Amino acid sequence: MMSELNTNTIALKTPLDAWHRNAGATMVPFAGYEMPIQYSSIVAEHQACRTSAALFDVSHMARLRFDGAGSEQLLDRLLTRKISDMPVGRVRYGLICKDDGGILDDVLVSHLETPSGQRYHLMVVNASNHQKIKDWITPHVADYPTVTMSDRTELTAMIAVQGPQAIEACKKLFSFDIDSLKYYQARIGEQFGKPIIVSRTGYTGEDGIELIVRAEDAVRVWENVLLAGRDQKFIAAGLGARDTLRMEAAMPLYGHELDETIDPISAGLSFACRLKDRSFIGVEALRQVNADGPKKIRVGLVPEGKRPARDGCGILDTSGNPIGVITSGGPSPTLAHPIAMGYVQTDHANDTNYQIDIRGKVVNATRVDLPFYKRTSN
Amino acid sequence: MTRDPSKLLYAESHEWADVSEQDGDKIATVGLSAFAITQLNDLVYMDLPEVGKEVTAGEEFGEVESVKAVSPLYSPVTGEVIEVHSDLPDSLEKLNEDPYDFGWILKVKLSDDSNLSSLMNAEAYEAQCGEAG
Repeated sequence: MMSELNTNTIALKTPLDAWHRNAGATMVPFAGYEMPIQYSSIVAEHQACRTSAALFDVSHMARLRFDGAGSEQLLDRLLTRKISDMPVGRVRYGLICKDDGGILDDVLVSHLETPSGQRYHLMVVNASNHQKIKDWITPHVADYPTVTMSDRTELTAMIAVQGPQAIEACKKLFSFDIDSLKYYQARIGEQFGKPIIVSRTGYTGEDGIELIVRAEDAVRVWENVLLAGRDQKFIAAGLGARDTLRMEAAMPLYGHELDETIDPISAGLSFACRLKDRSFIGVEALRQVNADGPKKIRVGLVPEGKRPARDGCGILDTSGNPIGVITSGGPSPTLAHPIAMGYVQTDHANDTNYQIDIRGKVVNATRVDLPFYKRTSN
Repeated sequence: MTRDPSKLLYAESHEWADVSEQDGDKIATVGLSAFAITQLNDLVYMDLPEVGKEVTAGEEFGEVESVKAVSPLYSPVTGEVIEVHSDLPDSLEKLNEDPYDFGWILKVKLSDDSNLSSLMNAEAYEAQCGEAG
């Protein structure tokens, strides 16, 4: 029945590894790390995030720091969005593309300033793309002799605190008022005299913050947040809930909605591509896609019945002709029915009814607007 | 009926079989172990075969899905499906509480019982689960 029960892989461990194990987490190999997939129940952890707040160890995501004059020009060259016009305190989502427009990764870049006034950029990269992105960027760094790229992943930990009560409960924890941080803003503060980067970002569709701390401070910060949210019943949540949460929020995931064969415009990420008056790797290809229109488009689907469609299931038109493929699918704990995202040929993007081939059994499905779930207030 | 898990036979793939004699036939009731159900967690869907279908020991007869993943169900026995627990897919949450009575999945009339000796007793199965955990 289950192959995932017997996995013996030598894996990297995050600074919170022992905490997860003590808390009874089921640990699974993921992107070279052993990560908690769940502590008790994915559904319970998902619901805690939607109603209160949940903590996620996202230390496996890579953190690359860029220092020195020319960093902004380097990042402008690498990213679909302009970085050089970002004021200190801003966070921006962007994509790193190949010359043909295929997506190498989707990343967050923060412009930060240390208490001593030193400014730098910090890029958060998907765990599975850590080495690939470093290898991609390294030769470009060489073009900017004053720029240094340093990998901060092993030296730091990253914790996401996500949910409608996250901000209120965590207010007292930091040396500044985190309520003053607007969505996609970040700053360096302190907690008990130790440096901490706080950004108002996340990957669940909820309000919340993401924290980057020194590796040796990780357990203390994690426990402080849990304590701060004790009355609101904050809980730790694993990668399982993170996946169902981001799916409901229709956030694309690298390796599912995004990969090197997909360009950002087809992926529905035009908002993260500034093509005008710019020169970056892949810009010509993306201008061409923009002019011609994408050949396939990301859509949201709701299959009939209880059976979830999963990654890889074929999408058919109502006559049974293959027109696309599911990239993410599963049950939605909030909506209490299955949901799925996938790509369909552009000329079918506005169809209302589809079919999905779930491993040989064809079910009807309806197209719905994305996201499946949107929070009602901030 | 209260089925005693210590008296059942188990497949490596975590299904149990309770074999009894009825009118000269050997009938196996088949289910999924408590360990497997705990590990799977948050079950959302189960796909069962039709009555009359032939199942083969070690081969897939259906699927069970959790929030996270699809897992195939393998038959621990060989024979013909004579009954399926049709209420089960709509009551998967009850599997956690009662995997050995309410949680039965299939009844199979055995056409070949030669593989039964390769199934584990409860003790051997528990040892396997200990290693997996």
